[in-house]
Amino acid sequence: MRMEQYEPDRLTPVEVAAIRRSLRSGRAAMTRRSLLRASAGGALAVGGLGALSACGIPAATKTQGGVSADDHSAKERVVNFSNWPEYIDVDDKTKRHPTLDAFARRTGIQVKYTEDINDNDEFFGKIQPQLAAGQDTGRDLVVLTDWLAARMIRLGYVQKLDPSNLPHAFANLSDQFRAPDWDPGRAYSYPWQGISTVIAYNKKALDGIEVKSVSDLLDNPKLKGRVGFLTEMRDSIGMTMLDMGKDPAKFTDDDFDAVIARLQKAVDKGQIRRFTGNDYTSDLSKGDFAACIAWAGDIVQLQADSPDVGYVIPDSGYMTSTDNMLIPNRARHKTNAERLIDFFYEPEPAAELAAYINYVSPVAGVKPYLAKIDKSAADNPLILPDKAMQARSHAFRSLTQKEETAYQQKFSKLTGA
Amino acid sequence: MTTLTEAEAPPPLAPTAPEQKPPRKRGRFTPYWLLLPGILWLIVFFALPMIYQASTSVQQGSLEQGYKVTWHFATYWDAFSEYWPQFLRSVFYAAGATVLCLLLGYPLAYLIAFRAGRWRNLIMVLVIAPFFTSFLIRTLAWKTILADNGPVVHVLNSLHVLDVTNWLGWTAGDRVLATPLAVVCGLTYNFLPFMILPLYTSLERIDGRLHEAAGDLYARPWTTFRKVTFPLSMPGVVSGTLLTFIPAAGDYVNSELLGSTDTRMIGNVIQTQFLRILDYPTAAALSFILMAAILAMVTIYIRRSGTEDLV
Repeated sequence: MRMEQYEPDRLTPVEVAAIRRSLRSGRAAMTRRSLLRASAGGALAVGGLGALSACGIPAATKTQGGVSADDHSAKERVVNFSNWPEYIDVDDKTKRHPTLDAFARRTGIQVKYTEDINDNDEFFGKIQPQLAAGQDTGRDLVVLTDWLAARMIRLGYVQKLDPSNLPHAFANLSDQFRAPDWDPGRAYSYPWQGISTVIAYNKKALDGIEVKSVSDLLDNPKLKGRVGFLTEMRDSIGMTMLDMGKDPAKFTDDDFDAVIARLQKAVDKGQIRRFTGNDYTSDLSKGDFAACIAWAGDIVQLQADSPDVGYVIPDSGYMTSTDNMLIPNRARHKTNAERLIDFFYEPEPAAELAAYINYVSPVAGVKPYLAKIDKSAADNPLILPDKAMQARSHAFRSLTQKEETAYQQKFSKLTGA
Repeated sequence: MTTLTEAEAPPPLAPTAPEQKPPRKRGRFTPYWLLLPGILWLIVFFALPMIYQASTSVQQGSLEQGYKVTWHFATYWDAFSEYWPQFLRSVFYAAGATVLCLLLGYPLAYLIAFRAGRWRNLIMVLVIAPFFTSFLIRTLAWKTILADNGPVVHVLNSLHVLDVTNWLGWTAGDRVLATPLAVVCGLTYNFLPFMILPLYTSLERIDGRLHEAAGDLYARPWTTFRKVTFPLSMPGVVSGTLLTFIPAAGDYVNSELLGSTDTRMIGNVIQTQFLRILDYPTAAALSFILMAAILAMVTIYIRRSGTEDLV
């Protein structure tokens, strides 16, 4: 949050944070340049046709359990941790991360913390060539959303965790996150934070219109052109699927197509204004979106600045996902990374983290500790979902690679490209 | 091209003196050595990526099985037939933005070149100033300016301007954001300096005495402009339009942030194919089609504009 304060048009820090996290952010300028570069010249390069055949992208390694390198943990007391921006506690004065400092004090392991994941797709594009070639990515711990974590496991790009290094994690992982179908016993991954997907609205922009369900978003003519959905396929599709009475944990191709058709109708009649990444927060707080599908963690932060923003959990339920810590192949400090995972499953650091970043804490028993730091956060169901709320949460089932391609294809068609 | 021919041309023959041979011999390779960094740069950052992309575009496969070159040229046709509307849209939007840039940029460049006097430097700084901010932040600023409840939209609404643009299909309902108009405006804003700077350089070089001469020959100001100023500024017009049109056609940020589902440009499609669907061949093929299309349009344009110099 306390980042460089260039805010030409009253972007709130939350929005700026969201923009930075948003998929098009940091990369925009550079990719534009590379696009330019690609379109600048002529097709002269085709001259070297022979060279073309020599190229090609190697197949993913199929070794289940991943490829380990020699573990240098004992000698090199460091761990290279790549995470998303604004996703960890920060001391306002020193700009340091108190939890990581505490970890270093206790274990003597320094955490080299880098905020270099802005977008799952982009980050995958960045590390995929190295992983495919069987090289070290220079990272010991990365945080990726469910579906990408699933893909990484499927492709054999990550290492199996050693349970003996993870006693707290094993004991304290909350039930809600114990058995995703893509990593049933949490053999490869542990959640960093949970993400709830809900419906958010701007009271002022709604002006008395009632929004309780995804159907209201899609059908109420008074909301025409003022509804936002997410470019994150699993959230947009999942919420709509729940609304249609289907289960995102087990659905068929036909169910998927039915959801696409329902959304397509809304797109065609101009009901849906835009599909957005994290940048929906600015649309919502300005009132350009009267209501939208949103991530609860953002809403908690937005509410601090814009009192008009509220949220509703539809009767049909809501989607949950997680961002997961994974150890890529060939990481040099696997044991250190595992100790860091385990550290964040101790209730005190977990509470400190939850109090700062407002996402769903995956650590059971964190509540009393969080209450000590911030009473209202401990009572906020968006940060610590109670049993009743947990019962309404749904996860999107994992997809085969074929399904993933086909579904993404259809979903991008829906969003215009 | 010029540099190459110059480099290949033999060094000027010294009139006499075989004793000058050693320095000449060393001198012969100097141009090549000087060219080396540039050529290496071109190879590494232009030629190799192009070859790699060209190869990708004729491959088939998946992430799990790997991609192999199968000379599957059908990808090009499939990609084009699937996404031609986005191609067309990109061309229209980029052309629209280029025309707007020219209409806005020419008077401003003219003003800076001939009328600004001591304000010239200040205005130039103002033209370039937006570059000090990130492209993204600049574009997002427009979301605040054009917000549904913002003053701009209120004024446009009360003047019934939006009724006209709605009728033209440029906007939808009582809003500007998330419509084609917003995307074209965003493109215009973001690429305006690329139009103004070459125009200014061209105009600034025009000899003021030519204007006086035209006046002496009884040309009215408008005639002077039409017969003298504008033709002499053509190199600036051509390079300005190119510098605006080419990047605008490939841009995806404006459409992403200011547009909606029906304003997606080809840049958005390429980005989605590459990063989300992971269909690298289609993405590469689309990039090549875009490149070829722009190259063709630019070639025709330069031929017809009848100017050889760019700036």
